[in-house]
Amino acid sequence: MIDPSAASVVPTTDPSTYLPAQPISGDLTDQMLQTDFWTDDLVAAAGIPIVDVPFVTVGGGIGSFVTVDYLRIAGVPTSQMRVLSTLDFPWQTYEYLTRVSQVPRPERIRSDSASRPDNIWGFPSYGFAEGMKKFDLKVLWGLFSEPIFSDYYTPKAGNVFEQLERESKRIGYDEMLVKGLVRIVRRRYGGGYFTILTPPEGASATKRVAFRSQYVHIAVGYPGLKFLPELQKYRTENNDYRHIVNAYEAHEHVYERLVQTPSTVLVRGGGIVASRILQRLMDDREKHGAQTNIVHLFRTYINGTNDGYGNEGDPRPGGGKTRITMRRRGGNGWAYQGFNYPKSVWGGQLKAQVRKLDGEQRAELYKRMGGTNTPWRKSWQRQMNQGRAEGWYHCVVGTVDSMEPSGERILNQVRTAQGVVPVEVDFVIDCTGLEADIAEHRLLKDLLEHGGASRNPVGRLNVDRNFELIGTQSGGGAVYASGATTLGGYFPGVDTFLGLQVAAQEIYGDLQKRGFCKRIGPVRSTGQWWKWLAGSAP
Amino acid sequence: MLPTLNGRIQTRIFMLVVFGGLITLALTPILPGDPDYKTTYLILAAVLVLGIVWELIYHVIQQFRWEKDWPTMFGLITALNEGALVWLLVDLGAVPGIDGDTVPFWAFFIDFSVIWIVVWIWTNGPMRVPFIRWRFFGGRIV
Repeated sequence: MIDPSAASVVPTTDPSTYLPAQPISGDLTDQMLQTDFWTDDLVAAAGIPIVDVPFVTVGGGIGSFVTVDYLRIAGVPTSQMRVLSTLDFPWQTYEYLTRVSQVPRPERIRSDSASRPDNIWGFPSYGFAEGMKKFDLKVLWGLFSEPIFSDYYTPKAGNVFEQLERESKRIGYDEMLVKGLVRIVRRRYGGGYFTILTPPEGASATKRVAFRSQYVHIAVGYPGLKFLPELQKYRTENNDYRHIVNAYEAHEHVYERLVQTPSTVLVRGGGIVASRILQRLMDDREKHGAQTNIVHLFRTYINGTNDGYGNEGDPRPGGGKTRITMRRRGGNGWAYQGFNYPKSVWGGQLKAQVRKLDGEQRAELYKRMGGTNTPWRKSWQRQMNQGRAEGWYHCVVGTVDSMEPSGERILNQVRTAQGVVPVEVDFVIDCTGLEADIAEHRLLKDLLEHGGASRNPVGRLNVDRNFELIGTQSGGGAVYASGATTLGGYFPGVDTFLGLQVAAQEIYGDLQKRGFCKRIGPVRSTGQWWKWLAGSAP
Repeated sequence: MLPTLNGRIQTRIFMLVVFGGLITLALTPILPGDPDYKTTYLILAAVLVLGIVWELIYHVIQQFRWEKDWPTMFGLITALNEGALVWLLVDLGAVPGIDGDTVPFWAFFIDFSVIWIVVWIWTNGPMRVPFIRWRFFGGRIV
């Protein structure tokens, strides 16, 4: 067991122990890279300084944040945890992605009122706090009557970030943050792990620093974006990254051009991001007089009640059809759903159900409740209806066979049920939201190859009900993972605010059983909640 | 709320025993018509027993919702059907141990409404403070 009070340890301080012919660079050696279990001597011999700390979390985004938040509330001091991250603050990546995908600070994100990453209790919810602050009856009525008589309440992005900042200060997040990149976590001979951090240039005397810990938490987020093959091909062959953009890339130049020059845009995808991009395009028409024509390409066109397999009438693999107790609304191409999963995955029936399922059965339920979807929002419906009536918003259903440059424009050959149709546009905005394989991330690849980690039925990291990475245990130590990389496990909503908190609660519970933190029973929980309310340290 | 059947029943029992019990204790002496504790607690017990049956019905209704959720509003308006049924049974003398003619309507109305509103508010927020697992486990307490 590591002594938590131990600060930084440099194991070989006596230069006479070094062999003169081997200069110490403090870098990883080939021997280390090829060894699955590292001894203390192996790390020391490479001249890599070792820092002892019982718990490290790798990533430093919202996943790391909610996990250390839970543990701080469970009585763990900042000295016992380190956040290893390239980010300056936890919401940095999230804010970037929401901003470019057209949710700037004043806009509302797609998240439930009680999903508060800055508050483990979810009380007061964002909506209740917003409604009471200004005694806004519209907001309060919305909360009361959602989703029957009003759209689901969703918080403003800016408010989420401000509250995260407040909580981050309260728990002393910056005291735990260590800047740098992590590509390797290896099991330690004798128990626990070594996490290798590459600090920014000049921040440390050696190229690498090793964190020796009993527990490691991995929350590195989405491994990366993936483009549809035809888009990727066009971009590389024509070296054109201006006219074909992904919604998650900075692409403000497209909107600037559209306001100046009447153009046609092809929007691909039928999910929340497509809705956002359409809103921006339509807002620019309304507010800035853009003369944009929108062609919206759906791969699957939803025209009524549906589930993750598609429309009720669609043929589906293995036969069967939509169940009367398991179908959602849809229309005009879209499948409508408030949040990115049916709500009960975060705490109700579907959560309880999936927790009991394995293999095929679990994959089947994931499929049935999945599928691309977006919320039904009054303002979006109004804009699209206007676009249809005025003839500047068209839908096409199919896939793209090929894309070729045509002067300044792009000629898409779209394969539809009626045959191949040419569609010539000025810009393509890809909102299909494909994610890269987890092995694209070097840390995850290393864990799969050398750390004992494996993949679940949908190809992501295989975690158990406690979010411990199956196969990675080392002595009394454990590696946990949460977030998008663990999708497909015993809990479906992992890549969401509330999902990260569900994971954090399970991780806290497991660590509490191992004696790392205190139990958050009713008394501690209530006491800590008052501290949260007062803004005093946990 | 995102209840499971088990969670519904547990939450129902917890709320009516804790809040129902305390509120009835405090209100009975000041209710109009001077009902005694035996009467008010027997009515509370009737609400609880019938409530478990109602939860089974709500659970079936919930199956037709894609989200498998139970909207906030439903938690409040179900006071109407549940309150009406209990009053009907009380008035008909169908609740064991109570003589229907002796229970003043307004005493029942006040006690029932206060308990219902307090329980509804508590369920929709403050309950999450002492019990951090409750909302993630379908409303289960144990």
